[in-house]
Formats: sequence, C-alpha cells, structure tokens
Amino acid sequence: MFTENSTVILRFCQLLLISLLPVTAAQAIPAIQHWVTDNGARVYFVPAPELPMVDINITFAAGSARDAGHPGLASLTSTLLDKGAAGLSADEIAVRAESLGAQLSTGSARDMAWLSLRSLSDSAHLQPGIELLRDVAGSPDFRQADFERERDRMLVALRHSEQSPATVAEYTFFKTIYGVHPYGSRPEGTEASLKALSLKQVREFYRQYYVAANAVIGIVGDIDRSAAEALAERLTGKLQAGERAAPIPPVEPLHDSVEQRIFHPSSQTHVQMGAPGMRRGDPDYFPLYVGNHVLGGGGLVSRLNEAVREQRGLSYSVNSYFTPMEQDGPYLFSLQTRNDQVDEALAVMRETLQGYLESGPTQDELTASVNNITGGFPLLIENNSKILGYIVMIGFYGLPLDYLETFNDKVSAVTRQQIMDAYRRRVHPAEIATIIVGGEPKPAAE
Amino acid sequence: MRSITAVILLLGSQLVLAAGAVHEYQLDNGLKLIVKEDHRAPVVVSQVWYKVGASYEHDGITGISHVLEHMMFKGTDKHPAGEFSRIISENGGSENAFTGQDYTAYFQRLEKSRLPVSFELEADRMRNLHLQEEEFQKEIKVVMEERRLRTEDKPTALTYEQFQASAFISSSSRIPTIGWMNDLENLQLADLQSWYERWYAPNNAVLVVVGDVEPEAVLKLAQQHFGPLQPEKIVPPKPRIEPEQRGKRSITVRAPAEVPYLIMGYRAPVLKTAAEDWEPYALEVLASILDGGDSSRLTKELVRGSQIATSAGAGYDLYERQQGLFLFDGTPAGDHTVDELQQALLKQVQRLQDKPVEPDELQRVKSKVVADAIYELDSTFYQAMKIGQLEAAGLDWRLADEYVNRVNAVTAEQVQAVARKYLVEDYLTVAVLEPLPMQTGQAAAALPGGAHVH
Repeated sequence: MFTENSTVILRFCQLLLISLLPVTAAQAIPAIQHWVTDNGARVYFVPAPELPMVDINITFAAGSARDAGHPGLASLTSTLLDKGAAGLSADEIAVRAESLGAQLSTGSARDMAWLSLRSLSDSAHLQPGIELLRDVAGSPDFRQADFERERDRMLVALRHSEQSPATVAEYTFFKTIYGVHPYGSRPEGTEASLKALSLKQVREFYRQYYVAANAVIGIVGDIDRSAAEALAERLTGKLQAGERAAPIPPVEPLHDSVEQRIFHPSSQTHVQMGAPGMRRGDPDYFPLYVGNHVLGGGGLVSRLNEAVREQRGLSYSVNSYFTPMEQDGPYLFSLQTRNDQVDEALAVMRETLQGYLESGPTQDELTASVNNITGGFPLLIENNSKILGYIVMIGFYGLPLDYLETFNDKVSAVTRQQIMDAYRRRVHPAEIATIIVGGEPKPAAE
Repeated sequence: MRSITAVILLLGSQLVLAAGAVHEYQLDNGLKLIVKEDHRAPVVVSQVWYKVGASYEHDGITGISHVLEHMMFKGTDKHPAGEFSRIISENGGSENAFTGQDYTAYFQRLEKSRLPVSFELEADRMRNLHLQEEEFQKEIKVVMEERRLRTEDKPTALTYEQFQASAFISSSSRIPTIGWMNDLENLQLADLQSWYERWYAPNNAVLVVVGDVEPEAVLKLAQQHFGPLQPEKIVPPKPRIEPEQRGKRSITVRAPAEVPYLIMGYRAPVLKTAAEDWEPYALEVLASILDGGDSSRLTKELVRGSQIATSAGAGYDLYERQQGLFLFDGTPAGDHTVDELQQALLKQVQRLQDKPVEPDELQRVKSKVVADAIYELDSTFYQAMKIGQLEAAGLDWRLADEYVNRVNAVTAEQVQAVARKYLVEDYLTVAVLEPLPMQTGQAAAALPGGAHVH
C-alpha cells in the first residue's frame, strides 16, 4: 500500500466510530446466534447468505493492558502470530493466504488482540483458509529471527511516530490521565522497553492469554449454523482451554487538573484535553453518549465544531468523544490550530464545555441528536463487516444479545436532565488533563 | 494450475450473480444518473461527482477546487450556511465531500426513504450557491489549518508534494490538491465565484446512487429535483500534455524528522492515454506482484528477506484522467541508508525486466483480484466510489466490470514488456526526505492549582 499518495482529501477527518448507535423499528436486526466451543471459546454468529464470502474474527483479552511492565509485549506477540506457525514461515503463510484470495490479518489495542480472516465461502477456498487461521492462532512458532526483525520494525515505527505532534499528544495524554494503571503505558512500547523484551516473554504471554476461555469468535457470512459450529471447533482445535484473563483493575479518577506543554517543531499545536470517562456497560452510557453527540460527537453540527470551526475558523478537526473500554476509557476533547492561536482555541473549547455543564443541551439539540442517531441506525449494520464489528464487541464486553434491538429505545429515552446529571457526576473541569504539543508562535505570513 | 483456473471461472460467474444491476440515464439538461441496486439493507448512498479537481487548476489558484468544496456547505438563499448539514443530520444521515485530482464529490449515506432530502439539497447547491465574503474569510482559515495538518507538519506528505511537483513540469498533475499555501493566502471570493459558475452544472456532473432503491423511482426523483436546472457551456481544460522526460530527476527535502523516506516514480500511461489498452492492466499486475500483499516481492524480499526496509510499497492507478506515475516508496531499516534502499528497489525493477514473473506469482495476483471483486460488494459506498471515479475521469463505468477479466488476461510476457518500456531511468523522479534534528522536548509544565500527575 502506498502510504502518502494523498490526492483525495476529505472535508472532515474520518473519525473512528466509538459508540454503538440504535435501531429504527422497521429495520431487520440481525439475530445473533451464540454458543460455546468444546474448549470454552464464546462464538457469535450471524448468517449473511447474500454474498459468497465469510468474515471471521477471533479476539482475545490479550491487549497492551496485559503488558505488565513490559510495554510493547502484547503488540509484538500479536504481530508475530502470522510470521511463522506450524512450521510454516512468514513467506509460506502469506503465499497460502493470498493464493486463496483470502485476507488474513492481526492487530491489537489496549483491551484486546485479534486475528481476522476474510474468505470466499466455497469450501475450496474457506477450508484451507480456516486451517491456516487455526495454525496461526493456535501454533505460532515465535522464531528468534522473526522476533528480532519485527522488534526492529517497531523501533523504527516508534521513531517515526515521534514526527507526529498528534501522536505525542495522545500517548502523553494517556500517560497523564492513567499514570501507573495499565492503560497508561504505550501499546507500541518505548525504545527501552522494546529493547528489553525477550522471546521467552512473548511465548509466556501467548501461553497465558491466547487460550479458548479467553477468546471470542465472531462469524458473519454465507454459511449455515452447522457449518459455523464445525468451523468454530476446527478453528479453536489447537488452542489450550486455559483460563479467562483476570479483569483489568479499576481506574482511579484524576483528582486535580494538569496542564502540560511539550515543544514540537510543527506549525500547528495539538491539544488533547480530558480524563478517565466510562466503561462498556456503564450505567451512564446512554446519557453520556447522547450528551456527547450534542457537545462534540455529532460531526459538523456539534456545539464544539460550531464554536471552534464554523464561527472562528480555528481548527480543521475539533471534536469530543468517550471511548468506553473494559474499565473507564477516556473522554477526550481535541483540536489542532496554528501555534499562535492555541490559547484562543483552548479558551473557546473550555468555555463550550463549561456552558454545557451549566445548562446541558436544549430540547431541540437533544431531539436533533436523537433523530440523527436513531435515523442513521440502518447504516451501522448495513454490511457484513459492520455487523461483525458489533457482534465481536457485544461478545467481548459481555453486553446482552438484545443490545442492538433495545438500543434505539434507550437512546430515545434519554432526557436533558439525565444528561446534565451524568455530566455533572462524570466530567469535572477541575479534574482534567490538558496536553498541548506544538511549536513556537510565529506571526502568520499574511 | 488447471483446478485453480476452474475455480476462478466459477467465481467469475458468482460475481455476476452477486453484483446488483446497474442502470444508466441521462436527463435533458445533461446530468448523468447511474443507479446500482443493492437490496441487502434498507440504506442508500448518493454521490454527486463534478468533473473538476486539482488537475483542472493552474498556477496561482491551486487548491481552488478543494476550497470551493468547503464553501459548498456555506449556504444558498433557500438553505443558509449550516442548514445542509443540519438537515442531513436530523434525517439520520452522514455526509462528507472529497476532492481529488480529477473530481470534486459530495455524498450522503441515508436510510433509503430519505433519498429525496439529499436530492433536494444537492440540486439546490448545484446552481444556487451563495458565496459570501464573511463565510469565506473563516473557511479559508480552516483550509489552511487542514493544509498544516495534512502536509506542513507531516514530513512524508511534504516530501510527496515536492516530489509530485518535480515529476511534472507542464502537466497539471504537478498541482497538490490541497493547494500551495501562498495560493490559499491570495485566493479571492471572486475566484471561487467564477470557478463555481464554470464547472458546477448538471452537464458537468454525474449522480451515482447505490442501495435498496428502484431505478425508475430514482430517475423520477432526479428529474423532479435536478431536471429544472440549467446546463452550462463547459469548456474543457487545455490538454497541457507533459513534454517527454529526458533523464532522471532527483530532489532532496530537508525537514525536521526522525526517519528518512524515499519516493520513486516512473512516468506511466493510464487507461485514457495508453498506446495499447492492455498496458495499464499489465502495470496493475506489476504493482500487485511488487506490493499486492504480504507474499509479494517488496515485503518478502526487502522487509523480511534482506531487511533493508521496514516498509516498502508500490502503487499505480489506471483510472486517472492524465498520464500518471508508477510509484515506489519506502523507509530504510535501522542500519541501512536511503541509497541502499533505492538500489534494492532498482534491482527489483531490473529483475522484472530481465525475467518474466513466475506462474504462481501471477496466479496469486489473479486470485486476489477475483476475490477482491466479491469483497468490494460488501460496501455500497465503495461500489458508488468506483463508478463515480471512472465517470469523473471520462471513462465508462462498465470498465470496472471488465477489470477482473482484463487482469486475468495479462501474461507474464506483458508484465515484463511494460517493465521494460516504462520503468526506465529516463522517466524516473526520485525524492529523498533528509531528516533535520527535531529538538523536541518538554517545556516547563504549568500546573494550575499546584496539581500533580496521576
């Protein structure tokens, strides 16, 4: 993939969809089928016979929150899975997958690590694809040469990321709001931590966390239930039963406000402001989610976008969001602006938050956001890859199977008072971290 | 090999069954409407593609197409600034717009019954945009922030921009879509007004609708909303054919950075300009042999084998309006230099010229193309993008349907032939990012309230 061919530019940054959105009554909600494999993996399945393809995802509670003082360990372990397994080299694994036209990938984040396979659904393609995924997930070889090469690549990627003021702001933000909590360390590791990693640690990490009891499998595509059951058994056949990972410890709230300025030789200054927010399944999830949609999550029509971008032209991308995780994930306000404008932009952002805490959304704003969320629901489950994302999320975080069916009602039931109440309890301007990364103010050449 | 060929043939027929029917119409005012049915979910994507983008621009007004795209959200007399986005949002829609070399496109994704909302608003701003100085003064600042974010503060993007401007002398392919900063600083509202009047008309637009819709009903709806719009006399841009390149070009970009970076590009024809119409497909296969996945040559040999690179890629786009580039890029691994990486990439080129690609390599590329054609059907948005992109470049959307068969027909000899014909030093431009020290660091932390970090 060519990385910098930036000939297409979007008017707005594409943001990751952080939260689940709801249902209109007319929409057919995919019925999620659920069972457990013989060795304990939880399976979530939605048949989708329209296209001759199948998407499979295996997610383990094996993210960087399990690094236990060795930042980068979860990420490196995940990267090494398809670099050698069951006696096959990285080259051979890639050749097998691509001869089938299959897309095999691995990835990791703070809570989780996953493997995914997209394959054509006829058995001549699907069966060998499943065998390959079974080997990669269940018997990785973890060879020394692969370990060293991939670690070296991570070290270069780490240096590369220092070029980005946004990245510096992000990891500083996490470190600041989480401190010594496992969410505080960098998933990519640090130069020192990566250099100190050993293959033995990778093997032990794998042995502990890549086990059936710690796995959630999502399947969406053109196969029936009995084929999906056989597939899941085959897929997990090489995994040890093992034990589910212990819960991630709860997050301590911030008790003061912190502001940190970091110099970076950039023409813009990036601001990230926030604190620990909420977790998946949080009792305040719906008021906070809908409330944030009004404040900074609704794209071009949010209060923040209106104040910072539309009225003052201060930033290209300004928004706020909650990232619910196993424990309290962050809520985050972010923007970036020319160096000499940062104080003005930050003041507008803070005033907008303060005003919102004082009086909450208007009834019109609330209605508009609820209409957007509920009216747009069909788009969120419009295709196989989106449905897969939801069922894995529901399975991984143990949300109820009727989550999608009830979501619309729960969003519609949110009141102004609930939003104001939740914000006042959960968002405190006196207990907030502000990370400011950028260059020296320089008069604009105008 | 025979069994694999049989599977590909079988999948070819699956593709025909799985893909929805496409209907093409033209309104009396010249607006082209293309509707593709996809009844899997009760949703629709609607895209308006205008045939204007950076490759239509000239020096002094670079970036104007993209700035106009931003201004298209700033209101008509009927729907003042902000209304467009507010109405789409209240209808559960998501929307955006994007500008490329050859197009400016606007889209909405909606539950299917809301399609009239999109048509009403898009038809209104196709002819009735009310450009206002006050809105422009704010929005041009936003675009400059966007340029800082995307280009000024990204050493690799900065390198790519200067590379592109060096690879072409006369052709407008040299123009960065975001525009040069100084041109943005000197852009006037009057420039935008004339750009809008010149290109925004039904006979310079293509409306693409994909989703759970009935084509005849969409046609009626389009006639109702877009039908009354007046066409414009469209004067196509001057051809500005690039003079023949006579020798390798090299540039250096020095910027604060941690990691060096290399881009190489060879002048290459596209479908519209190729002498032989199989050549672009052979170049597509060539790009895939080099960088079609983890088994392809650059990752296998440069990243995992010799470990000269931590990443290396190749790319080519056959659907552009003007002659393009066959691109390489990469980052050297720890102990290696950019020069070593460049030599390694040139050796890969040499090998492609000396020896035909292996049958199993070629077969993998073809398997990927067939499978990807099925996977692409999972996204209505992508299906609409493909139709729009082709039409905006002045190509028939049906070419997308031919793609699998055309790639399957490419031979190893043809791949070797295009490597010999186009990947030659005289057509090469090379750009190297030379990192300057970053001097980052923490300033004295201001801690209001004497706070401490948790």
